Amino acid sequence: MKQNEKKVSWISFLLVLAFLGLVFWLDQIIKPTNKMYMLMTVLQKGSVYALAAVSMNLLNGYTGLFSLGHAGFMLIGAYTYAIFTIPSSARDTVYQYFDAAIRISFPELLSNSMGSAGTVLGVAIAVIFAGLAAAFFGYLIGLPVLRLKSDYLAIATLGFAEIIRAVFQWQKLGPITNGSNLLKNFMRTSLFKLKVGDTKLVFSTFVPVLIATLSIIVIVKLVNSTYGRAFKAIRDDEVAAEAMGINLAKHKMISFTVSSFFAGVSGAMMAMVLSIAQASNFKAAMTYEILLMVVLGGIGSTSGSVIGSFLFVAASEWWLRGLDSGKFLGIEAPGIFRNGFRLVVFSVIIMIVVLFFRKGIMGEREISDLFREKKKAKGAAR
Amino acid sequence: MGKTILPYIISGISVGGQYALIAIGYTMVYGILRLINFAHGDVFMVAGLMMVYMAAAMPLYIAIPLMIVLTVLLGFLIERVAYRPLRTAPRMSVMISAIGVSYLIQNLALYITGGLNKNYPSIPWISDRVHVLGLETSRVTIITPFLTLLLVVLLVLLINHTKIGMAMRAVSLNFETSQLMGIRINNVISATFIIGTFLAAVGSMLFFTNYPGVVPTSGAMPGLKAFVAAVFGGIGSIPGAVIGAFIIGVAESLIKGLDTILIVNGTITEQIGFATFSDAFTFVLLIIVLVFKPTGLFGEKTTDKV
Amino acid sequence: MKKILALALVFCLVAAFAAVAYADNPVVKIGVFEPQSGDNGAGGKQEVLGMQYANKMTPTVEIDGVTYDVQLVFADNASSNDKAPTAAQDLISNGVSLVLGSYGSGVSIAASDTFLNAGVPAIGVTCTNPQVTAGCDVYFRICFLDPFQGTVLANFAKSELGASKAYCLAKLGDDYSGGLCNYFIDAFGKDNCVYEQFPEGTSDFSTYITNAQNQGCDVFFSPVSTEAAAQIIAKADTQALGMPILAGDTWDSNVILNAAKGTDVRICVTTFYQEGANAEFDAGIKEWINSDATALANNGGNDELAAVTVMGYDAYYVALEALKAAGSVDPEAVLEVLPGVTYEGVTGNIAFDDIGDALRDSAFVKECNTETGVWDFVTVATVG
Repeated sequence: MKQNEKKVSWISFLLVLAFLGLVFWLDQIIKPTNKMYMLMTVLQKGSVYALAAVSMNLLNGYTGLFSLGHAGFMLIGAYTYAIFTIPSSARDTVYQYFDAAIRISFPELLSNSMGSAGTVLGVAIAVIFAGLAAAFFGYLIGLPVLRLKSDYLAIATLGFAEIIRAVFQWQKLGPITNGSNLLKNFMRTSLFKLKVGDTKLVFSTFVPVLIATLSIIVIVKLVNSTYGRAFKAIRDDEVAAEAMGINLAKHKMISFTVSSFFAGVSGAMMAMVLSIAQASNFKAAMTYEILLMVVLGGIGSTSGSVIGSFLFVAASEWWLRGLDSGKFLGIEAPGIFRNGFRLVVFSVIIMIVVLFFRKGIMGEREISDLFREKKKAKGAAR
Repeated sequence: MGKTILPYIISGISVGGQYALIAIGYTMVYGILRLINFAHGDVFMVAGLMMVYMAAAMPLYIAIPLMIVLTVLLGFLIERVAYRPLRTAPRMSVMISAIGVSYLIQNLALYITGGLNKNYPSIPWISDRVHVLGLETSRVTIITPFLTLLLVVLLVLLINHTKIGMAMRAVSLNFETSQLMGIRINNVISATFIIGTFLAAVGSMLFFTNYPGVVPTSGAMPGLKAFVAAVFGGIGSIPGAVIGAFIIGVAESLIKGLDTILIVNGTITEQIGFATFSDAFTFVLLIIVLVFKPTGLFGEKTTDKV
Repeated sequence: MKKILALALVFCLVAAFAAVAYADNPVVKIGVFEPQSGDNGAGGKQEVLGMQYANKMTPTVEIDGVTYDVQLVFADNASSNDKAPTAAQDLISNGVSLVLGSYGSGVSIAASDTFLNAGVPAIGVTCTNPQVTAGCDVYFRICFLDPFQGTVLANFAKSELGASKAYCLAKLGDDYSGGLCNYFIDAFGKDNCVYEQFPEGTSDFSTYITNAQNQGCDVFFSPVSTEAAAQIIAKADTQALGMPILAGDTWDSNVILNAAKGTDVRICVTTFYQEGANAEFDAGIKEWINSDATALANNGGNDELAAVTVMGYDAYYVALEALKAAGSVDPEAVLEVLPGVTYEGVTGNIAFDDIGDALRDSAFVKECNTETGVWDFVTVATVG
């Protein structure tokens, strides 16, 4: 059995590596003017939402804390990342109406002394910084709200996300946040290119996918640790968990802060993928969408959340696009297939999942479980 | 000073009355099902949208009652289709279903309107300009609070003096026991949804006459604010929801005008930008209440059972 | 149902016919990056009308001796900055040679990096914020800029309306209204302006009207989306605002005219085009709008021309000029020649400066006639 576990983790490690290699290869061959570039868009956005969904699942699925504040933490992450990676040459154009207060750009600062390695390091630091900022606010918000029960917690976190959004749009904070105007020109995926010798290597999709992969691995490790087991105990029965000696307040706080941290990281990724950051985009609707991805994949399954978000993004950005533009599966009906039909079909699918397939795609299982089950079935057959 | 503040108070009371009509739907449903009906605000928006389309096709004296009937039907159907099958499921599933319904309704509205702003038809008489207390305003602003109070009184009478009202009170006290006592729980829940959506339909008429633009997201913010009002007043309590709604309406209106009030007053000389927080302030109120008095102003004490 | 079926059938027939008739002509694609839904959906549709009319008038272009059919490829940016990059990417993947749009500056700024990354040139039609072209080598535009427009409006408010204190209202996070208010305040004087921003989804504008009245302002400057505009006008009427409303080019739309008709609100706007300046063009496009039910609906139900429609018309021809000059449908080649392209359009001469902005030094000022519901010409304004 032990050996089997080891084998599974080795196989998954190799699979992840192969996937990353594939993404890297696709990055080199598919250019933005290519028709297949939609695939890259889906990979980029999908990894952003996958991390967001997995981090939300940590809270809602594993710990049983129904929180709806995700968009707020992503906003903090996006802004932190953006503000600390705007190069000094572009800062005055970006802060068009204000006198920029924060004048540090990590990638620029480090590249002065370390070259392109410094740029990479600077981006990494900014991403971690984004996560830390979100985690810090998560901690502060967690202090009052984690005492609340189910739906009260949901509505309070939703409220906090709205408050965060308003604060970031406040004119008086303009020198830091650029008021309600958008931030741009910071380090974004289109700039992730490296010249090695004569060949130009592109990392536009590889970087977000890599960040998401690493973060999700960390979350999986956490879920499988003693902490993770404590989270699940809290979810299943708070009173029983407390009776068994689990410190409720501490574990809820850990889950909430870690979830906020990765929400912040995914916010930073969202900024680099979209190449802009603006508070007005991080509405409650974004949280709802992420929640629906989690539901689609199965509440309480990490691989489910990943699959759910990639499906969600691919369907809404790519596969179902024809529903909006008059032609779908070869059927032409511009009267019905017009703007917005895609989202209608999509929300109907989601309602069907919510009502009739309550477990989502994966239920509470993981991909590795499927693998094991298959093995078991094979063994039994033999 | 009084002359400066008065317009904000009047407009706040009017908005508060409209929130109150939505908030009752939230508070009644929560009282019985312990469910935050996230789709309630969107039903309110649909009522507005239906009025837009029907007023273009038929005279108002047919359109208005028909709009109310159809809205009530929609509320009834949502409960039947999206909430009833999940009656035994965990509370989180039902709430997710509510969010899903809200997502579906908004997307459907987006599809039908093409994402464009629809202008609410002006209903004669109530949208006329009137001169009150030295102010120019529309008649609907003045009427709203009175109409709201009238409806609330009727509702309270209904709950306290009819059979269905008694059943509602019983169900909200204890779901299982009342079932054992022979109350048809599904009928009671349907009745609750019908009353809630009826009030939301009336509220939408007042709201959109006052602010005549209907977009798919029109219901989201008023819905959330009305829910906050219900929590503020103590969820499950109808007078609480109404008072909470009036407080939130007036506070929101004052926040929007706070810069001006303080400048005219001489307290500050430069704009601070409080108007940015007009929506967020509602949530600040909510969190303060939740942290310090989770049962709200009029809510009853409840203890969680193991 | 029958109607839809019939429509579908006709559509298929026409498509088949078109395929047969033009089978030998190669196609050049022009991307139309415009909002078709959301806050600016109505305005975006009006801008597209101009391009569609131009496309109907001139459906082919001769590039390097070969006649190409011009195909407009649409992408809806939904007036939303976070949807804009994807919509832009959609056009690029579709193989467009260049892009026109967008109505609303925010979405253009948001998408500029996507265009830059792919090296596909874009021509802004009515996005007036300086940031659209600043620092983006592939973005050009044919309209005037906010610093100019803001100054014109401020001068107009001072000299013509005799205003000494202005109330400025913008939408939070909106680059168009926020930018224009900012430049208006610069020109008008910061101490004489009250500046407020309303959050997205606001429907209650009565308090902002009260604010303007209470602070003793004598002009109400609110260059916001037409959606909010209709509500502001309605409230200004019921609350007896008592001061003129001033706005920028977005308000030059029949949405405003419809909202203002029969009220006693005074509304003045700056814009790109005055109806009647080119009678032949006016008559032609009106005839087309009236004959096409979809076009009529997209124009808000009547044939009153919006300046953005005319700008869209000109933008299409600028695009054709660029394609002709490039002698190729390759975006890179188009980008190379675009800075030197000039064109005499219905709205005046179009040429670009070093940054890619149009060389325009005049704006029309119009006032809404609330009795007849049309725009009255006031003056042509210039700066300096």
